Amino acid sequence: MSPFRTALSVLFRRELSLAWGGGGGPLLACGFFVCLTVLVPLAAGGDPVGLKPVASAIAWLALALASMLSLERLFERDLEDGALDLLTTGPLPLEAIFAVKAFSQWLATGLPLALTAPVAALTLGQSTDLLPLTAVAAMIGGLGFAFTGALGAALALGTRRGGLLIAIVVLPLFIPPVVFGAGALERAANGMDPAPALALLAAYALFAMVISPLAGAAAIRNAQG
Amino acid sequence: MIATLSVTGLSLARGERLLFRGLDVTLPAGEAVALTGANGAGKTSLLRAIAGFIRPESGTVTFLDTDDGAIDPHEARGHGLHLLGHLDGLKTARTARDELMFQSEWLGHSHRGIAEAIETLGLAPLLDLEVRQLSAGQRRRLALARLVGSPRSLWLLDEPLSPLDARWRGIVGEMMARHLHGGGLILAAVHDPLPIPTRTLDLGAGR
Repeated sequence: MSPFRTALSVLFRRELSLAWGGGGGPLLACGFFVCLTVLVPLAAGGDPVGLKPVASAIAWLALALASMLSLERLFERDLEDGALDLLTTGPLPLEAIFAVKAFSQWLATGLPLALTAPVAALTLGQSTDLLPLTAVAAMIGGLGFAFTGALGAALALGTRRGGLLIAIVVLPLFIPPVVFGAGALERAANGMDPAPALALLAAYALFAMVISPLAGAAAIRNAQG
Repeated sequence: MIATLSVTGLSLARGERLLFRGLDVTLPAGEAVALTGANGAGKTSLLRAIAGFIRPESGTVTFLDTDDGAIDPHEARGHGLHLLGHLDGLKTARTARDELMFQSEWLGHSHRGIAEAIETLGLAPLLDLEVRQLSAGQRRRLALARLVGSPRSLWLLDEPLSPLDARWRGIVGEMMARHLHGGGLILAAVHDPLPIPTRTLDLGAGR
């Protein structure tokens, strides 16, 4: 294996182990996601018919919020304990380090959330036919959330009250995937082809995967100086 | 491999505060420079500027190979130097073994290099413990392991010996001496003298 690929795999394994090992990160996000979607029908007075038209919108909103939970620590802990210095004097460019960390964030949080999404959608009264589509759309959208969210985490690095700043930076950037994701489910629920909305969702995720590492690496360099 | 570090006319500022102006340092292979000065004089900032983390106000940092050819700074920083700051860069929830393996594999050490690091720094009894269970001195020894058996020649060290007891200071001193003997370069910010022959660069009282 080339030194570049070895370094990629070494970093990837460590990031996954940190994400899964530290305080039950994925379970926490999934628990938050389910709690939020269970609370909504209760708050709405237990009327499943009235909730049905907005079910996919609420599910996507909850997914976006749950995706943000562990973002604050993504780069902050590496800056605080000095690990960022070790990472940035290693063989990979900072852009690649960013991409590995964002992808690991998706694997550790986005993917479990996508698998939880059908359960959450059921509690909101969504029809069972749409459950596979819900999981697939959440997987694609989650990739966009992870990369855009990581960019927010990088931009907020080293600032006071970074968590709040991440939310303010990231939530507006989450609007397109929420619109496209909820749109895909909406179209399928109305008997239309969800593919165009899914394609837009995938385009957003790809765009985030290309742009975020470049912008995020610049933000990290700035925070490190 | 970096054979000479050359710093020319370097001026560094942190925010509005100018740390120093027009600093010149040349560090050839086999030599160590102890960087001294008051708190806030810019010792850590100088190390971080050489590692490429801080953009200087003016001046240049050049890395030369054995034929006096300039090495690309990205190449030098990604493959030619170690920066060990006063933070150890270790994850407290992981075991010492996991952290040792990560830092060694990340920096491209051979299996022989890892074994040598365990032997030199007496890490074998610590490997199954979580980093949070280690003392400050033991954590520093684990962090110093990334220097042993590494082909990177330039060591930028920030207070490398401060949490270590007398015995381990001696052992790390021997480690540094071996590195210099093999053509390495050491630039270390210190308050106490290093246990190896060094030149001293004093950054003064700070501003």
